[in-house]
Amino acid sequence: MASFEKVAQIIAEHRDIPQDNIKPETSFQELGLDSLDTVELVMSVEEAFGITIEMTGDLKTVQDVVNVIDAA
Amino acid sequence: MGVGSALPEHVVTNDMLSGFLDTSDEWITTRTGIKERRVVTTETLAELSATAAKRALAMAGIEAAQLSYILCATTSADYAIPSLACQVQQMLGASCPAMDVNAACTGFLYALDMADALFARDPNARVLVIGAEAMSRLVEWNDRSTAVLFGDGAGALVLGPGSDLKSMLVTAAGDPDPLYARHANGNSPYAVKRERAPLRMDGHAVYRFAVPTIVRDVSAAIARAGMTEDDIDAVLLHQANLRIVDAAAQRLNIPRDKFKTNIQSRGNTSAASIPILMDELQREGHLPQGSVLALAAFGGGLTTGACVLAWGVS
Repeated sequence: MASFEKVAQIIAEHRDIPQDNIKPETSFQELGLDSLDTVELVMSVEEAFGITIEMTGDLKTVQDVVNVIDAA
Repeated sequence: MGVGSALPEHVVTNDMLSGFLDTSDEWITTRTGIKERRVVTTETLAELSATAAKRALAMAGIEAAQLSYILCATTSADYAIPSLACQVQQMLGASCPAMDVNAACTGFLYALDMADALFARDPNARVLVIGAEAMSRLVEWNDRSTAVLFGDGAGALVLGPGSDLKSMLVTAAGDPDPLYARHANGNSPYAVKRERAPLRMDGHAVYRFAVPTIVRDVSAAIARAGMTEDDIDAVLLHQANLRIVDAAAQRLNIPRDKFKTNIQSRGNTSAASIPILMDELQREGHLPQGSVLALAAFGGGLTTGACVLAWGVS
């Protein structure tokens, strides 16, 4: 599964929203995720992909997270 | 054997904080669960600690003179010298050894661990364990990211002979960066100043550390006690942030309603949070005799601790 689909699936399950609502350019703010929700998301992504993600202020959209995963 | 707590009179609500900080009740509530906290004004931490201790001694039905040891978990005592424990000893009229334990927010678990060691030496000991903090003295009140989090108070537990402690584990991984509070600097003419903020916390780093750690430590403490998650009647986590409690509860196979909280009205009282919560639950009738409790804390150090115990007060 491509990184984007997997991240979208994690967010959809976490927020209990349809996966179709999540696009690469969707921001966490639009999804109603505050900073601690984003931390939770990063932790779930780390677990799912077996990687470690440095938390910076640059993680604002779904694509930002996908980029970090693909660079890992 | 006995439990007690004491809080400062002064209540500080989120709305009061948003009067001088750029924050709001809504922001604080959604991110921390905290609605209000108690803050010392005229009270000393020793007075609060002694009041909590007297209530615990009364419940245990023993005199201060019968105590074998006093351990105070604190990072914010009235003095650097003497220890808070020695102040409490004087106020209670006890004559036993007394000392403070600093393991930041995990201090109460560390003090219980030390008490367990004292019982190994003398199975008939009677140990007073206090968790007490005046975090308002350490907080940078201009920093909206941390000033809203903390509160003051004291909780005490009197421990007697028995086998109610089923398991205990504590850990440390030295690293000041995620969470530190600066010490009083004095006025040495020789000291070369190294400027750091009075209190700083990397909330994201602490969250990422705390949640998996609680899950790991609580699971390990339950396993070491020879029990399963089903055996746990109540989980008392260090009250740092309601979101951390929720995230830990999601990952542990224990129903959310067994995770007890009072952070909503107490804030994060560091080493005092678990004994204050214990006392409030006891007095509200939520801890029947023989209940199996899992306790877990985490904090600056970084330190962590967890234990499983059977609740036996009289």
